[in-house]
Amino acid sequence: MSNVPADLRYTKSHEWVRVESDGTMTVGITDHAQAELGDLVFVEVPEVDRALKASEACAVVESVKAASDVYAPVSGTVVAANEKLADAPELLNDDPYGEGWLFRLSGDAAEAEALLDADAYSAEIG
Amino acid sequence: MSTEPLIFQNSRDGRGAKAQWPAATDGNALPDSLVRKQPPRLPQTGELQTVRHYTRLSQKNFSIDTHFYPLGSCTMKYNPRACNTLAMLPGFLMRHPLAPVSRSQGVLACLHELQDMLRHVTGMHAVSLTPMAGAQGEFTGVAMIRAYHKARGDEGRTEIIVPDAAHGTNPATATMLGFDVREIPTREDGDVDFEALKEALGPQTAGIMLTNPSTLGVFERRIKEIADLVHEAGGLLYYDGANLNAILGKTRPGDMGFDVIHMNLHKTFSTPHGGGGPGAGAVGVSERLAPFMPIPVVGQADDGSYRWLDEQDLPQSIGRLSTFMGNAGVLLRAYVYARLLGREGMERVAEFATLNANYLMARMKEKGFDLAFDGRRASHEFIVTLKRQKQELTLTASDVAKRLLDYGFHAPTVYFPLLVPECLLIEPTETEDRESLDAFVEAMASIWEEAKTDIEHVKGAPWDLPVRRLDETRAARQLDVRYDFNGEAAA
Repeated sequence: MSNVPADLRYTKSHEWVRVESDGTMTVGITDHAQAELGDLVFVEVPEVDRALKASEACAVVESVKAASDVYAPVSGTVVAANEKLADAPELLNDDPYGEGWLFRLSGDAAEAEALLDADAYSAEIG
Repeated sequence: MSTEPLIFQNSRDGRGAKAQWPAATDGNALPDSLVRKQPPRLPQTGELQTVRHYTRLSQKNFSIDTHFYPLGSCTMKYNPRACNTLAMLPGFLMRHPLAPVSRSQGVLACLHELQDMLRHVTGMHAVSLTPMAGAQGEFTGVAMIRAYHKARGDEGRTEIIVPDAAHGTNPATATMLGFDVREIPTREDGDVDFEALKEALGPQTAGIMLTNPSTLGVFERRIKEIADLVHEAGGLLYYDGANLNAILGKTRPGDMGFDVIHMNLHKTFSTPHGGGGPGAGAVGVSERLAPFMPIPVVGQADDGSYRWLDEQDLPQSIGRLSTFMGNAGVLLRAYVYARLLGREGMERVAEFATLNANYLMARMKEKGFDLAFDGRRASHEFIVTLKRQKQELTLTASDVAKRLLDYGFHAPTVYFPLLVPECLLIEPTETEDRESLDAFVEAMASIWEEAKTDIEHVKGAPWDLPVRRLDETRAARQLDVRYDFNGEAAA
């Protein structure tokens, strides 16, 4: 079974969001998503300062099986991006909720709260 | 089976096949600065050793000429030998593309007839043969949609609608032409979500790109209603011809309401290709798009003679896509194929392609495999999902694909469409006999059994091929395809 931490929020398109203590929001893709994609070979993260609308395609993850867009779970401005993934895409497979984070947004944290909780996402991926 | 060394490893200084060398020249009077100072490092081998090297390599080919290849028309059908033989006639082969029209009436007649046959079999108003690949055909089709709206001063149409099951080339094409892509979902039964389509349509809709039968291997049942809705909204319908093999001559995209279609002649019309080409992505158009067709098109004068139609004839054309008129050799093979089949033969292609797929699907179900769209009739292909096998046995689509090679079968398409987990998209095509289909079913069932008792054996496959399981992940992450001459010398 996939790991779905209880303290995060989720989207149907398999992104997770964590509201940090400073109010910024860290975004990544879920354990379920990385398992379905298989070994990642390429990750493209958005540039810092880019303004994103919720549901906008803003990152790309590519495995030996498929290339997929990652969508912004909430609106906001990119304040940090995980540049390590360019040379080490496997971080996303090994630690999707930690070292494999994609980018961090500043925005309205209430928007994140409105996303799926762990139970709802677990039901979604059945 | 042993591996074959690289030809560079067979190289010995001073060997060669002098009879094959080009005549020495004075360097064609190239400026000194452009003449290389060192000869290129080519392998030095005798003629017989070279012939043996390439013959041995060719014997390692896993091809449709030797094995069942359930990638089907998605990649390459069997190519009847006659198509190649006739297209290789010296009159075709030696014709210079700049030969005057008066000396090219034969080839022009063939191409004109091909345009006509394609027009009839797809129900379109006119056909242009110039696009040189499926992707270029798509580009052409959407470029014509753009030109049509622009010519009408209808500038606000910025969106192309694409179902989430579409081939990746569809959204890529729309994006290349400056459109925004609006994705609509697919229902559980494989049809387009009609309500989502209604919601997506509006004054911003330039068109919709559909494959029918879809990539999910099922026929879109409400296509007429979809066409009416899109047309009412002022948009046009684009038909991705990837799955034309299923309906060839039985039902026509033109009758379904499509405004433009591209045909992969190198697939559905059975011309040999592979490894990227050459292809031929002919486009068919409805009457309203005809003025925008790419040039040149073959036209016929009142006296029965043929000529190229150019900017003079089609002033609103989107222009030229290639230096001449597409891949003539591929078009000629497609022409011979169509002529050999005739109108009735084309229908038989669709009938047997569909019959074979449905037979194979029923046999796989009988063996206990899960169908992605159980209860739907297959088109010319169908999808098996190994989701259950992965959960229970860790057996993946990739494992099955590799193990099939040991059984003498090429793998079907794996991991596409993306909507179905651990999927195998199986397309047998019309030319396989029942014995081949049965043997494939037995191999699949046998691999499943093996996975229950010895999963490691399946995961280690292929065992009987010159090259064993490759580390695809490492190959992608640390790609290095250079040949290291120094490393070889040191070794």
